[in-house]
Amino acid sequence: MSAESPLPESPLPESPLRESQARPPALRNDLERGLAAPICLTWELTYACNLACRHCLSSSGRRDPGELSPLEARGVVDELAAMQVFYVNIGGGEPMLRPDFFDLLAYSVDHGVGVKFSTNGTRLTRARAEQLGAMEYVDVQVSIDGATAEVNDAVRGHGSFAAATAAMGHLAESGFGRFKVSVVMTRHNVAQLDALAGLADRYGAQLRLTRLRPSGRGADTWDELHPSAAQQRDLYRWLLDRPDVLTGDSFFHLSALGEPLEGLNLCGAGRVVCLIDPVGDVYACPFVIHPDFLAGNVRAPGGFTEVWRESSLFAELREPQSAGACASCGSYDACRGGCMAAKFFTGLPLAGPDPECVFGHGEAALAATTPSAVPRPGADHSKGARGVTPVRLPSPTRRPVHA
Amino acid sequence: MTVAAPGTTGFDPQRSWALHPQVALRPEEFGALAYHYGNRRLVFLKSQALVDLVTALGEFDSVRAALQALIEPTEHRRYEAALARLATSEVIHVR
Repeated sequence: MSAESPLPESPLPESPLRESQARPPALRNDLERGLAAPICLTWELTYACNLACRHCLSSSGRRDPGELSPLEARGVVDELAAMQVFYVNIGGGEPMLRPDFFDLLAYSVDHGVGVKFSTNGTRLTRARAEQLGAMEYVDVQVSIDGATAEVNDAVRGHGSFAAATAAMGHLAESGFGRFKVSVVMTRHNVAQLDALAGLADRYGAQLRLTRLRPSGRGADTWDELHPSAAQQRDLYRWLLDRPDVLTGDSFFHLSALGEPLEGLNLCGAGRVVCLIDPVGDVYACPFVIHPDFLAGNVRAPGGFTEVWRESSLFAELREPQSAGACASCGSYDACRGGCMAAKFFTGLPLAGPDPECVFGHGEAALAATTPSAVPRPGADHSKGARGVTPVRLPSPTRRPVHA
Repeated sequence: MTVAAPGTTGFDPQRSWALHPQVALRPEEFGALAYHYGNRRLVFLKSQALVDLVTALGEFDSVRAALQALIEPTEHRRYEAALARLATSEVIHVR
């Protein structure tokens, strides 16, 4: 049974030698100084995607001709195994569009690197679901962004809800076990929280909610899609009541509202998490595909290991960070100033409030930014012009890809 | 005398315990990161002494004997409680 017990969602479930608090600050300090290897690594296998979601973090669409070859990808797995990275979060693009996807999956789990992968479900047939169910250490996460086709398809494209729910049906019927349904919270689906939980339940799946970031194509749609301040508070209360709902430590900015949410409640970028993109570029986290956060490339002589251990960017991120304008706020210890990527792509200083600061400090800071000075996301692989987002669904054949 | 912490019933320090065969330990500056391939839990071992204790546990006839040999007497209670939690996460198991 491959997915009865989920891969650890949050990198900080337990510490046996603890003091009275549930989250000892000493451990957080250790984590902020960085680990010998990431514990939550995202690996985007391809920029190719048959959807064109309006908030895509990686601006995916076209396959990059410089994508890691199957041999190079196996080399990355070898390194992760040697570094004892116990599991990896695979995404894209749509990772199932990579011709060697299942080979790589098998190679990875055979080498002790468990895989959780995210998919839009368009390629997840009944046969594929059965194949996945027979594998150990594989977990699947199907993305939807609404409990109804209307709300979902407005963001992910016409027909995408039907495709995702069909895949969920295949997983449920094939006996795969408990998979995950992953939802990016937007202004249009916060009201559907209960319905989303019900939907996941009907398929025997676990619900996972993540935060919308102004990254990738999300930079252009964040203003329109990000939840309102009132919705953020609703979401916080909803999550507090449901510790079984996974969040990938996504909403730690909301912990400033009082009781901390489950998870690390800190920015793990370059410290405990990072991103390997389809061409082997290593970024501090999945939400900062931009030259300022590029630490190196796995094709360089020292490989991923050297990037993780020696990059000057990561060394900098592991230094104590300044609270900046947040220093005088009594809640800084709860939210740690929020998400670096959210600040960066809305033009806010990294030492200062998150744009969605629960006390409204972010909105005030946003009003003072100069739009022309806001950084643009890097590595755009969108098929159409930004904001047009054509949707082709599903595309049955792909052009051949280089070895 | 040791009082069992809540949720640790079933942990008998008189018995012989060992690192679970499905658990991998990754050295870290603060100690180690333990990953259980069976239940897929990540656990932080927050001191080198705890890592050494867990690693060598299987060589002793009981948890008490391991504590006697490896841990300062004033710390026995704390480390026994830590082992009880590790038993709950199945990082260690009865031999």
